[in-house]
Amino acid sequence: MMSEDRIARFEKRQVELKKMSDEALKARFWELCQQVVEPIVDLSRSYTSPSIERSVLLRMGIDSISAHGVVDRILEAGLLGKGAGHVVLKLAQKNGTDVRAAAAAILEDKEVLQGLF
Amino acid sequence: MTHKKPLDPNQKLDIEAILEGLEHYHPQRKGWTWREVPPEGVDMGPFHYRNMSKPLKNSIGLPASKYFDHIDPQPSCVVTTEIASGRFEDDIRRMRMAAWHGADHIMVIRTTGQSHIDGLLEGTPEGVGGVPITRKQIRASRKACDMIEEEVGRPINFHSYVSGVAGPEVAVLFAEEGINGAHQDPQYNVLYRNVNMYRSFVDAAEAKKVMAGAGIFQIDGAHNANATAKAGWLVMPELMVQHGINCAFSTAVGMDKDLIGLSTVPPDAPPAPKLWYDLPYAVALRDFFSEYKMRAQQNTRYIEADIEEAVRTHTVDTLISMLTSADIQSTITPDEGRNVPWHYNNVRGVQTVKQTWAALDGIKELLSLNHDGPLGEMVRDLKERAVAFLEEVIETGGYFAAVEQGFFVDSGKYPDRNGDGIARDGKGGVGAGTIVERESDYYAPVCSHYGHNHLPAGVERACDPIGGCTLCQPEKIVYIDELDPEDSCNARLAETLPYRKGGKVKPEAEWAGDGTILTQFFVPLPEDVAAVYGLEMAKKLGLLDPEVVNLQVMHPAEGCFVEVKGKIGFDIELSSLKVPEKEVILPEEELREAVKKAGVRVVAATVGEDEHSVGLREILDIKHGGIEKYGVKYHYLGTSVPIGKLVDAAIETGAHAILISTIISHNDVHRAQMRKLAELCQEKGIREKIILIAGGTQVNREMAQETGLDATFGRGTKGIHVVNAIVKILKARGVV
Repeated sequence: MMSEDRIARFEKRQVELKKMSDEALKARFWELCQQVVEPIVDLSRSYTSPSIERSVLLRMGIDSISAHGVVDRILEAGLLGKGAGHVVLKLAQKNGTDVRAAAAAILEDKEVLQGLF
Repeated sequence: MTHKKPLDPNQKLDIEAILEGLEHYHPQRKGWTWREVPPEGVDMGPFHYRNMSKPLKNSIGLPASKYFDHIDPQPSCVVTTEIASGRFEDDIRRMRMAAWHGADHIMVIRTTGQSHIDGLLEGTPEGVGGVPITRKQIRASRKACDMIEEEVGRPINFHSYVSGVAGPEVAVLFAEEGINGAHQDPQYNVLYRNVNMYRSFVDAAEAKKVMAGAGIFQIDGAHNANATAKAGWLVMPELMVQHGINCAFSTAVGMDKDLIGLSTVPPDAPPAPKLWYDLPYAVALRDFFSEYKMRAQQNTRYIEADIEEAVRTHTVDTLISMLTSADIQSTITPDEGRNVPWHYNNVRGVQTVKQTWAALDGIKELLSLNHDGPLGEMVRDLKERAVAFLEEVIETGGYFAAVEQGFFVDSGKYPDRNGDGIARDGKGGVGAGTIVERESDYYAPVCSHYGHNHLPAGVERACDPIGGCTLCQPEKIVYIDELDPEDSCNARLAETLPYRKGGKVKPEAEWAGDGTILTQFFVPLPEDVAAVYGLEMAKKLGLLDPEVVNLQVMHPAEGCFVEVKGKIGFDIELSSLKVPEKEVILPEEELREAVKKAGVRVVAATVGEDEHSVGLREILDIKHGGIEKYGVKYHYLGTSVPIGKLVDAAIETGAHAILISTIISHNDVHRAQMRKLAELCQEKGIREKIILIAGGTQVNREMAQETGLDATFGRGTKGIHVVNAIVKILKARGVV
């Protein structure tokens, strides 16, 4: 996009903006901010990340070092989209152990993840 | 459970005791705290303050406070200090010092590179320019803050950073450990840390949700554009956009507006005409972001080696805060431009705010901003440019597209572009391609989780199936002590033990026993030679690793002011220091009463061939707080008075004491005069009845015994010290 073009469009915008009251300008600012973040909020709602999943395991009472290894194993097994906490909990329920023991089991042998879902 | 003993102001922090039982320690409170600000103002000493918070239980006032009943007025805003020694065990001692001067927001900088570490660190490794943020380091620091806040009588907000590729984990750690404030701004990661943009925002949503759950105050990172752009004073419309995006994103994911702060810096510094840029920007921000909090940061962009220059700029920055508003006033250590900040410079930063705030207390009741003139026009212009910026972002395809096209941190004033903005590729950066779409049965069995979470049928609270998460049941938190015993606080503490508890003394700037000192001097040499001289001089003084940290030309030929830092290579044993016993001054009331009872009269004069009279007049006169103030009647004989005349006058008037002042000291004249006074009184048979006192700049307390007088005083003596000596002797002799 040509720079001249941009400046010309800015000047056109400015003419419109100058007509607004201070209150209307402020409202416009916030309306635009909402509009900018909306798709990012949607993205955040429907995606997860290794760090998010490790943070879930931490909150489940699993230490940071184990959490790191467990999330790596779950990611390798293609199960991160189910939630690492979900995977660990499901294994715990299947094995009749607590979640820490389930996390340890995953670290020991990732084959335990086979056929869990 | 560990029990904390209250701190004793006369005892150092016991680091080993803080580390004891840390595995079971939980913070005594969570969430952010504002200062208590009485709406009716605060009365202190002889003054009424309009914009101050409740005073502290224990604190140290500004140096001039001794003239005003030792009052220490505390600003209404929270005051920040940033700490970055790289060792938490030294950080916490500095926190205590800063808290005593009025800091209640203590920000711990992270070690270099932590934002690129994919996961949490553990133990107590040493950092560079900050500490590695680990559970043990922050738990120990929070425990120290819990003790310090009781000592000063005001809650301490402990703060660090939730940024980088492990944001959600760090946020959970902070929520669990009672951290009260944190920086969190996904744009910061993208622009300045080159974290992949999608990863940064997805992580940020989770981190912000966790922070919201723990009542953690959030500060954004927009001010970094000031420090990064070539012409920081031109990027203001963009800064408003960055603030706006973080605020809108934060509230959308569940943060409370009251706990969102804008990190804002007055972007300019003298010799620029600062007010014409910084004031309209400050006003425009506060108009648009009226529902959010202002964290006013001091300018660092133009601060280099000169400490006084930094302090002056920061004073004007604080003035701008007071002319507009600040919920949090941050302080930057004035030495940040020359080295990793030193202990006492944290205190100096806090003092700059405290001094300015007291001086300008209630300024808005006396002065108001003139919005009708150029100020109003400049404010409006900034706002229009910010709105137009956002319109262009949307037209371009949204935020991510705008970042890819280098919209941000361009040093042109919008809509101008210099083409030096920071552009990032959506497919690139640290952690690119690592986000994963949540499936239809995605589930996270914990609290404070953001986004789609499909709870199994019948489950009400997400963490019920695991019997509660760590945010509900802190006892489930797993504490890891140390991973590397070599790189741990235990190894460091063993090394510094002699300086902390072993009776060896060395000065310090950052760490216990570092031996670092600063020398300041003028040398009559031109710039290039002065620097070389500085190093040579420091070496001859015996300083190790000398380094010129500041050099100011006073005149191209006449010379330079030079500051050289270095380390001293020797220890001094505390036991070898002979400290004179502290003279206990009797209460003023008791002194007055005794003086009245005995009807104390004295004769006084400057003796020998000495025409100085100022020192003695200050000891005598009521207007200088002299002995007259306590009811003592004096007979002043003048200057160059012979000892014989003085003794005769004392006998004639029935004086209780003779006060002589002696300044000239060549050939030990002062000692001779003092001895002569004692001998003459002995001859005249009045020695047992009379009190003999001498003073002067060359005199010290130890001379009384050697010269046969009752008391001798040196520099800095006040009337009360002399009256105190007279009364004590009268008491000893049974007169009163």
